[in-house]
Amino acid sequence: MSGFDRSLLDDADETVRVRFTVNGRKVACEVAPRETLVDCLRNALELTGTHAGCEMGACGACLVQLDGQAVHACLMFAVQADGARIDTIEGLTESGVIADLQAEFHRRNALQCGFCTPGMLVNAHELLSQVTRPSRKDIRDALSGNYCRCTGYEAIVDAIDAVAKARSESGGVT
Amino acid sequence: MKARAFSYFRAATIDQALDAHARAGDGACFIAGGQSLVPALSLRLQAPRLLIDITHISELRGVRREGGYLRIGALTRHCEMLSEPLIAEFAPLLHAAAPFVAHPAIRNRGTFGGSVAQADPASEFPAMTLALDAEIEIVGPSGSRRVKADDFFVDLFETALQPGELITAVFVPLFKADQRFAFDELARRRGDYALVGCGMLATCTGERIDDIRISFFSVGNTPTRVKGTEATLIGSSLGTERIAAAQAALEGDLTPPDSDEVPPAMRLHLARVLLGRMLGRLGAGG
Repeated sequence: MSGFDRSLLDDADETVRVRFTVNGRKVACEVAPRETLVDCLRNALELTGTHAGCEMGACGACLVQLDGQAVHACLMFAVQADGARIDTIEGLTESGVIADLQAEFHRRNALQCGFCTPGMLVNAHELLSQVTRPSRKDIRDALSGNYCRCTGYEAIVDAIDAVAKARSESGGVT
Repeated sequence: MKARAFSYFRAATIDQALDAHARAGDGACFIAGGQSLVPALSLRLQAPRLLIDITHISELRGVRREGGYLRIGALTRHCEMLSEPLIAEFAPLLHAAAPFVAHPAIRNRGTFGGSVAQADPASEFPAMTLALDAEIEIVGPSGSRRVKADDFFVDLFETALQPGELITAVFVPLFKADQRFAFDELARRRGDYALVGCGMLATCTGERIDDIRISFFSVGNTPTRVKGTEATLIGSSLGTERIAAAQAALEGDLTPPDSDEVPPAMRLHLARVLLGRMLGRLGAGG
């Protein structure tokens, strides 16, 4: 018994209905199969905090959490995410889980144009949820897939390092 | 750029995936992690009419011991190569290579089977299947078969996979107490494709090397075993002279392609340097 319907082949780029839980809310939208998740989030759901940069998986501006893991929203099609839980920078901000990271980025001016910042924060959030006290080398290694064209990374690494220290001194998750 | 329009089908079983491919003919393409395929589609290097998503096929998941092998399901993600205890214990070379595969977010989605199927000559895992003498399990319209890694990589992005065939798992011989391994690569920036990279697995009696398999990547059209170099190392321990002999032998095994960025002589030099370092470590206990 196959679920494949040959008429699918005549329907290329017809839209299909997908459902996901985005930032804790159930949403449904119509997407063309070739529409990437980042385009769907930005265009259909108007969640423009997720940035489309290189669209090749190299720059990290489009990072979101998919079922709790950081992934490139440019490297998957929205239709592949059907049924998944997606948390974007907007959701992570609303929930307050990265408030200390955001405050430290702000305090240390760990951004200039800010284009890369959402991806940096998603990545930093994942790193700090996996490694309690990363070294600066660990932080740089984790950020190797995130391009910042303005700041040269030093302040970004400082900010993440400072949050890691503060969290471990306060006994874990803030 | 955006991918050309295609239809999408999410397969729940291997049979469904194979059936969909058979019905769609040449225009179909399987997608798993998609971390190499999606950019290829965006650049329109590939333009299938139908994308068959195999990510939800549970038969392709899981890592388990089977006979003398570790069976690594094709959908095992790169991040699981780091976190799965069975990999660390029975395929430590793969565990050592995993942190060098792209960046964390790519590793969260990219799959082991997908990397092997893609056969990028600059990728870590295809080359490691050669060093490990792994076998690739393939399923297709005419049934299932197992292909030795030595016979799997044919040419640039070309493998023994026929149209409509899928990798179901990779079988890696279990790591043994008398074996040693090493992995390393030289790259301009962590996570970038290596200028040259290498993995090796040796079977030893004390300090004497009884058998060794050495596989390089980023040095040619396919992952490359260096059999002449391996031969210089078998039957003796790893002293300075022996390592120098192996480094010299590398020239007969590798013919790096010409490129604007890295001339062949430089790549060969880097390969020699890397080999020397790794054999030094292997001699010191791996």
